[in-house]
Amino acid sequence: MTAAAAIELPIGADEDIVRIRQLVRTRAQEAKLSLVDQTKVVTAASELARNTLTYGGGGRVVIDMPTNGRRVGIRARFIDEGPGIPDLDLALTEGWTSGKGMGLGLSGSRRLVDEFTLDTEVGRGTTVTIVKWSR
Amino acid sequence: MTVAAGRDDGISGLLRSSARSLTERWVELTAAPLRGRVSRAELERELGELFEAFLAAVETGSRDVDDEAYAEVRALLSELSRRRARAGFTPTETATGVFSLKRAVFEVIEGDEGAGIAELVTVSQLLDALGLWTFEAYAKAREEVIDEQAAQLLELTTPVVKLWDGVLAVPLVGTLDSGRTQVVMEKLLESLVNTGAEHAIIDITGVLAVDTQVAQYLLKTATAARLMGAECTISGIRPHIAQTIVELGIEFGDITTKASLADALLHALRRSGVDVVRGRTGR
Ligand SMILES: Nc1ncnc2c1ncn2[C@@H]1O[C@H](COP(=O)(O)OP(=O)(O)O)[C@@H](O)[C@H]1O
Ligand SMILES: [Mg+2]
Repeated sequence: MTAAAAIELPIGADEDIVRIRQLVRTRAQEAKLSLVDQTKVVTAASELARNTLTYGGGGRVVIDMPTNGRRVGIRARFIDEGPGIPDLDLALTEGWTSGKGMGLGLSGSRRLVDEFTLDTEVGRGTTVTIVKWSR
Repeated sequence: MTVAAGRDDGISGLLRSSARSLTERWVELTAAPLRGRVSRAELERELGELFEAFLAAVETGSRDVDDEAYAEVRALLSELSRRRARAGFTPTETATGVFSLKRAVFEVIEGDEGAGIAELVTVSQLLDALGLWTFEAYAKAREEVIDEQAAQLLELTTPVVKLWDGVLAVPLVGTLDSGRTQVVMEKLLESLVNTGAEHAIIDITGVLAVDTQVAQYLLKTATAARLMGAECTISGIRPHIAQTIVELGIEFGDITTKASLADALLHALRRSGVDVVRGRTGR
């Protein structure tokens, strides 16, 4: 199986988030994810891309399709060089927002995917990587 | 600032003394690539005005196009760029208007014994700067046009429909961005005011994904509707969306949700006292 090459998209405006959702959906379909899993990973991507835009001051996403034995997945890495997250526990607390959101994006998207890695450093930026595998 | 009052580098004199032949040549040079899409009379008026303003600015002694002295020139240029952008001219066709003045001036300088390299360079720099300015003004105007079109499209694609006396519905479709969702919600609230309807149904059957931002808009709209004395129902939450919403941790609280638009309508009718009786053979 030749997985699609990694694609990088900018995150600088609202329209970019729409484009990212569309690409994630397409890739999720190629990875043969069920409709529920497609919706979950698309929703998680939407949350993380918006965080990159709103809190990270913009950035980019790299989307590819990793394989693990016979399983194919979709992976998205959201990268910004913004302020970073000073208190990760707080940021991951359900309902906590430093802005005007619902405070459910980080905690919620962590539940929506199979793998969730968050790297952040104050003053350096934030990178969130998610993976969703086909069943 | 480079305003040096009274400074004379010979440019204003040069422009002033050949004003007539310069504008004529300028109009000629500009007209050619536009191939009649702007009338000769129109061009003469536009460029005549522009030339007067340019001359006046140059006569102040300032050689910096960002300077106050060039405010009038910039205003005229941005007006012109806007008109061209709206009429569908390319940026090159638009900026040519400025660059062709450069050519006209060069031709005059060539035939003028007294003028030299220094004037040539100064005029060239000034007109290049104004040319670039025109490109920018053009780009800005194009963006405005595109934004306007996008806004119009948004308006067109957000129908608030009256399902019944006092019952409005709005279907949300496709990939929602915040701009679109906001417009839909505002339109719905506006229609509630205008019609005095007491029920609003937001149908999300056609929505591909509901993230926390869309959910927040939905909740805010429902709350605003309630404040206006109307009840808001959300219908068409399909199973995979429902599952995702729950896992995200979103709660719709006491906002009524219904599986389908039909169920939501039935609910609204019952609430407004309409007797809806299912046939005996109904489900
Ligand atoms: N990329 C990021 N850079 C900096 N801070 C972030 C980033 N992503 C999330 N955060 C912080 O984590 C908080 C929680 O995020 P989230 O759960 O998505 O909720 P919300 O977006 O509603 O605020 C945000 O309010 C913000 O303070
Ligand atoms: Mg968020």
